[in-house]
Amino acid sequence: MDFATFMGLLPSILSSALRISTPIALAAYSGVLCERAAVINIAIEGMMLVAAMVGDLVMIYTGSIWIGVLGGVLSGGLLGLVHAVFSVSLKTDQIISGTAINIFAGGVTGFAYRRFLAMPSIPRPNPSTLQPIHIPYLDKIPVLGNVLFQSRPILYMMLILTFLIHYMLFYSPWGLRTRAVGEHPEAADTLGINVYKMRYINVILGGLVAGLGGVWFSLEQVGHFDMLMTNGKGFIGLAAMIFGKWTPFGSLLAAFIFGLPEAIQINLSFYFPNIPYQFLSMSPYILTIIVLTGVVGKALPPAADGQPYEKG
Amino acid sequence: MPLSLEAKGITKAFPGVLANDHVDFQLEKGKIHALLGENGAGKTTLMNILYGLYRPDEGQIFVDGTSVRLNSPNDAIKLGIGMVHQHFMLVPVMTVAENMMLGTESVKKGTGWWGPLSFLDRRRVEKDTRHLSEKYNLNVDPTIPVHMLPVGVQQRVEILKALYRKADILILDEPTAVLTPQEAEELFVIMRSLRDQGVSIIFITHKLKEVFAVADRITVMRAGKVVGHTTPAEATESLLASMMVGREVLLTVKKGPAHPTETVLDVQDLQVKDERGLLAVRNATFQVRQGEVLGIAGVQGNGQTELVEALTGLRKPEAGHVLMAGNDITNDSPRKILETGVSHIPEDRRKRGLVLSYSIADNMVLCTYYKPPFARGVIMFQEAINAQAKRLVKEFDVRAPSIYTQAGTLSGGNQQKVIVARELSRPYNLLVAAQPTRGLDVGSIEFIHKRVIEQRDAGHAVLLVSAELDEILSLSDRVAVMYKGEIIGVVPIEEATRENIGLLMAGITTEKEVTHA
Repeated sequence: MDFATFMGLLPSILSSALRISTPIALAAYSGVLCERAAVINIAIEGMMLVAAMVGDLVMIYTGSIWIGVLGGVLSGGLLGLVHAVFSVSLKTDQIISGTAINIFAGGVTGFAYRRFLAMPSIPRPNPSTLQPIHIPYLDKIPVLGNVLFQSRPILYMMLILTFLIHYMLFYSPWGLRTRAVGEHPEAADTLGINVYKMRYINVILGGLVAGLGGVWFSLEQVGHFDMLMTNGKGFIGLAAMIFGKWTPFGSLLAAFIFGLPEAIQINLSFYFPNIPYQFLSMSPYILTIIVLTGVVGKALPPAADGQPYEKG
Repeated sequence: MPLSLEAKGITKAFPGVLANDHVDFQLEKGKIHALLGENGAGKTTLMNILYGLYRPDEGQIFVDGTSVRLNSPNDAIKLGIGMVHQHFMLVPVMTVAENMMLGTESVKKGTGWWGPLSFLDRRRVEKDTRHLSEKYNLNVDPTIPVHMLPVGVQQRVEILKALYRKADILILDEPTAVLTPQEAEELFVIMRSLRDQGVSIIFITHKLKEVFAVADRITVMRAGKVVGHTTPAEATESLLASMMVGREVLLTVKKGPAHPTETVLDVQDLQVKDERGLLAVRNATFQVRQGEVLGIAGVQGNGQTELVEALTGLRKPEAGHVLMAGNDITNDSPRKILETGVSHIPEDRRKRGLVLSYSIADNMVLCTYYKPPFARGVIMFQEAINAQAKRLVKEFDVRAPSIYTQAGTLSGGNQQKVIVARELSRPYNLLVAAQPTRGLDVGSIEFIHKRVIEQRDAGHAVLLVSAELDEILSLSDRVAVMYKGEIIGVVPIEEATRENIGLLMAGITTEKEVTHA
């Protein structure tokens, strides 16, 4: 393979990487929203899985992909509410609550799959995935047009959310309060900020964003729900959040780096048939482990991360 | 004189304690009113009620003559009440300006209708903060992240935060606990100037000297009740102390001159790193002799903790030597060091001094449980342990329901007595006492001070580490001052004054006053 061939494949590699990084980034944003308010959410994986299933189910029953997306997103928010009730109000250990939701998600989606979805000839809309949207004029830009402006809707939403969450966290009163609640909840409380309310809002928002990441699998990528189709992307998203130092742009960059190996493998495996594809496939997971062991600089989580707040 | 704040018949019960029992309190406009009392007297509870953090079970609160209900700090803030908490309520990673506006955010014009997502107007808050800081002479730069500011400045940020919310009643909860004597003086200047500009101040403290330095009125609380109102002109220190404790108290220990003999502890060029890997103790060299108390003064966080941990084997030093009676114990295990005759009253009594879930009896043998008469091999003799506990509880006046009571349920003073009893009841040559009276009330302080001097007179060497200058000055025979990890001076007690030690604590050395060790 010569250099010219590689350059020819570059736009394709980059756009695959961005596509693959979409659910990872959304999972990371979900983590950012929750952990900035000091609630650890390892249930993102489960929230995404449930949303992927609910999205497909709602699409089948309503015949509309977009109502399916909405249903999936709301189911993520509902699980966010459940996580908030356990970890904020009942002060359950947040890891336990998250694990419980993940186990529940595996069970309930498996059940729904066998009962409702695994039947032949289910009437799904055709096509049953969200279609690419070409942004006029911008899609003609060389390389960039191909990578960015011929994408599908949830990818666009992910990019918009990057800016939106960045603005919300660092330029709005909501963000100032969220970060205060995550760093020093007693201080926020003495200034009349309702710590519990802030945490509820953030965890539910985090659930909604995880839900969007979930419907990406069933309604933007595949067109139907498969068992365990999220495949650990929720956990990789948490690693991206840490790698990205709990910021949206950092998370996006990290998610992109995690998505890159798979994109390379998809695009180049044809040219290197002798290299087992498993090597590149496992690289995001290896990267995740490296990030989580703290090799890539020490990132500081919000000071009160994971601690339930006791008033008074 | 009009009243700006009045509390009538405030009663508040927590499970098992009546924290406030029909408390009456009146704050006059434009006065500094000291609220004096021991730990657990109910001062902080009363203030938390006045700030809306707790709701009283009974009683009424009046602000400027009208009866008010305070359901949350928001209500208090709206009525012009501001509070500076003992532990600062600042978000360390945020700038001064961000801390200022938190909860009452300023937003850019035209974006207000975006509600919680409006655009923050940092510029305006920075400008307002700067103005306010100039008006009250507080000298605070609003653009710096709070964690980069020294403690004294952080406290001024807290005061500014209250003023920013237009507070004209300011509650200061033990504001001097974290300050050097000089910083405390500066705070008093600020308090007087605030008062002169019409702010009414409630000043909570248990330090008697400060009351005389700054207060116009004094209210003393004991065991949840107000025991009296007075003024600095009418009161004396010993009168206030006996009001606080409920009996006569000796404020300064009586001690004769020291008769030091041989060197027990010899520390040479000790270097110790802290958790972050930075040098916390630099080239510390000093000796402690039998029959003397060496006091190590210094503002908290100048390497005292790391020094004590290195001496007791809890932290590995980077370089240098520690000799106990001539034997090198530099890298020995804590148990080995204990057995060479080092007793240790640790600075964090709940974390390092006691196993909170163990009984008093078990806590009293934590250093000796494996030795006769308490054990032989793997067999422990509970009767011997209990007998020892009964003896010590009596001797050291530990007030507890029984020797089987969990250490975690005792008051701070009684917990400290358990530790002191354990550490003084076994053979030792050197007593390392780190912040031995932190957070204790006047009565317990008196008890522990007496014990320390008794040990000295019995010929033991004592290394006292304390952030309380008064404690250092009343117990020590020589005073060493630590600043940024260095012992920057050792002063014999005859030459030590609040002023010259205070200057050293702030890192200011003048060769004349200091004789280097």
